[in-house]
Amino acid sequence: MPIGIATFTIVVTGFALGFGLLITLLGIPILVAMLYVSRGMGWFERGRAKLLLDVDVPRPYRADPPSDHWWRVPVSRLTDPATWTEIVYHLLLLPIGVFTFTVALTFWVLGASLLFLPVYAWALPHPVHAVDSWVKVTLGAQPHLELLGGGNGWVIDTPIEYVALVLIGAVILLLTPWIVRGLATANRYLVRGLLGSDVFARVQTLTNSRAAAVDLAAEDRRRIERDLHDGVQQRLVSLAIDLGRAKEKLDTDPERAKELVGEAHEEAKRAISEVRDLARGIHPAVLTDRGLDAALSSLAARSPVPADVHVDVAERPPASVEAAAYFVVSEALANVAKHAQATRADVTLRRSGDRLTVKVEDDGVGGASLVEGSGLAGLRDRVGALDGELHLLSPRGGPTVLMVEIPCGS
Amino acid sequence: MRIVIAEDGVLLREGLAHLLADEGHEVVASVGDALELVEVVQRERPDICIIDVRMPPTFTDEGLRAAIEIRSRWPDTPVLVLSQYVEERYAVELLSGQTSGVGYLLKQRVADVRDFLDALERVANGGTALDPEVVAQLLARARRHPHDELTPREREVLALMAEGLSNAGIAQRLVVTGGAVEKHVTSIFTKLGLEFAETDHRRVLAVLRYLEDRDP
Repeated sequence: MPIGIATFTIVVTGFALGFGLLITLLGIPILVAMLYVSRGMGWFERGRAKLLLDVDVPRPYRADPPSDHWWRVPVSRLTDPATWTEIVYHLLLLPIGVFTFTVALTFWVLGASLLFLPVYAWALPHPVHAVDSWVKVTLGAQPHLELLGGGNGWVIDTPIEYVALVLIGAVILLLTPWIVRGLATANRYLVRGLLGSDVFARVQTLTNSRAAAVDLAAEDRRRIERDLHDGVQQRLVSLAIDLGRAKEKLDTDPERAKELVGEAHEEAKRAISEVRDLARGIHPAVLTDRGLDAALSSLAARSPVPADVHVDVAERPPASVEAAAYFVVSEALANVAKHAQATRADVTLRRSGDRLTVKVEDDGVGGASLVEGSGLAGLRDRVGALDGELHLLSPRGGPTVLMVEIPCGS
Repeated sequence: MRIVIAEDGVLLREGLAHLLADEGHEVVASVGDALELVEVVQRERPDICIIDVRMPPTFTDEGLRAAIEIRSRWPDTPVLVLSQYVEERYAVELLSGQTSGVGYLLKQRVADVRDFLDALERVANGGTALDPEVVAQLLARARRHPHDELTPREREVLALMAEGLSNAGIAQRLVVTGGAVEKHVTSIFTKLGLEFAETDHRRVLAVLRYLEDRDP
């Protein structure tokens, strides 16, 4: 409850002050500061919920967009629904705290005092008003208890009534833990609902991302089929034709036959390279064997635009996350080479806690977008399927920053 | 030469065996997994082992690990590692320590029979053979620090040195005279501030160290 009072005061004062002074512009910094204060308190409350109520509440916030302007982060946070439900929670904390506190205390005290009434009834001075305003204990020569009402309520003065009262006290005491637990459960739902993420929004997101993942898998299969058909198969057909012609010419024109075999040899080697590239495109073996650092170094080394890779990932994320991160960088570098007219690119991977952040920056002309059907939109779906988020910042004139955040599970 | 082949793909294994037999070499054993390989090497002490990176049971990098084990237990047994993909990281692991008698090539290089047999010969004689693609990866890294002033021709020579070719080999590949290659090599070593290396595989080591150090 003291925490409730504190948060209530801070939120009400801060936001009242912020909105009140909005007209003088002085309110803006106060409001921005309040966003951070509210998050801080949210963090504290989630910690408290974990410690006392044993609920693990995931951070509900959207990932911050890459910051090219100072106002981007505050604006994104201000429009994040999670920010507002969190503020509602801070405001509700006080009334709920008061209610919970009162109910819990009343039940404990009432139960205990009724149960032990015979033990201390003789020691009470005369007359005495105890237990609660609607229970009045009066002890005189003949100790008796009067329930509900000033002087004309239910008077208890026989041993049977005492026994009944003690029994009621016992029942109340036995019930109290359940009631307190019920209150804690209600509190838990409140914490989860307001400090965590919205369940319905979550279901919607999951439905969408699952559909996108299915589409993506189908698209991938179509692409592989196309690559096999247009690339490797064509090469093998051409190789077979060359060899067939060489066989025909072997006796009549050995020089020409030798040339044709040479061509077939080249064609066969190209087919091998194509199969190799295709397989690497489906899944790079080195990623499984050595992880992101090795796989991305090799990717960067093959990139036409010079790319520097910095990987700060101590513990390897799950394979699906590694693969997604790899394809993000692969697609991003391919885009840089194709469209950005950049002279260099920087790839940064960092794992902090259970989140993997991938950032690809270039110094090109910008103007990239997430139009449907583009490689970047495919990446967004791939990342979305893992509950991750993708942000693209690419003003005309550049530079382009692609940022991806993927949870690593636990 | 007495050769051990470790390769789980039957077609490639037989193909290699034929190719080597045509050339007058003796394939003393061909095995399909890494454990067997180490046993066979202990028993046969071959002149060279040709090892595939991916083999049963896990199909990841057991061939590479077996190659590293063989090099540490029998340092005078050359190994030529073949792989579907070549990765800089594997090259660095394989070459850590010493670069004599080590080869790391793409499987498809076998199709260029002459070059493959040259590389095999080189490795068996204590030299080095690095796939041009690995060298290209290493050079791509160095490209990011463009303050060295190598001429395009010198970069070509540098790449071939890194592959493990001797001056004569480089001269043949670039169709120039041995003298011209020597001049380029001296110039490269001066420009990069490297100490001049006597043997070819020491030269590879010097060049690789140089390329790796460029890594930020």
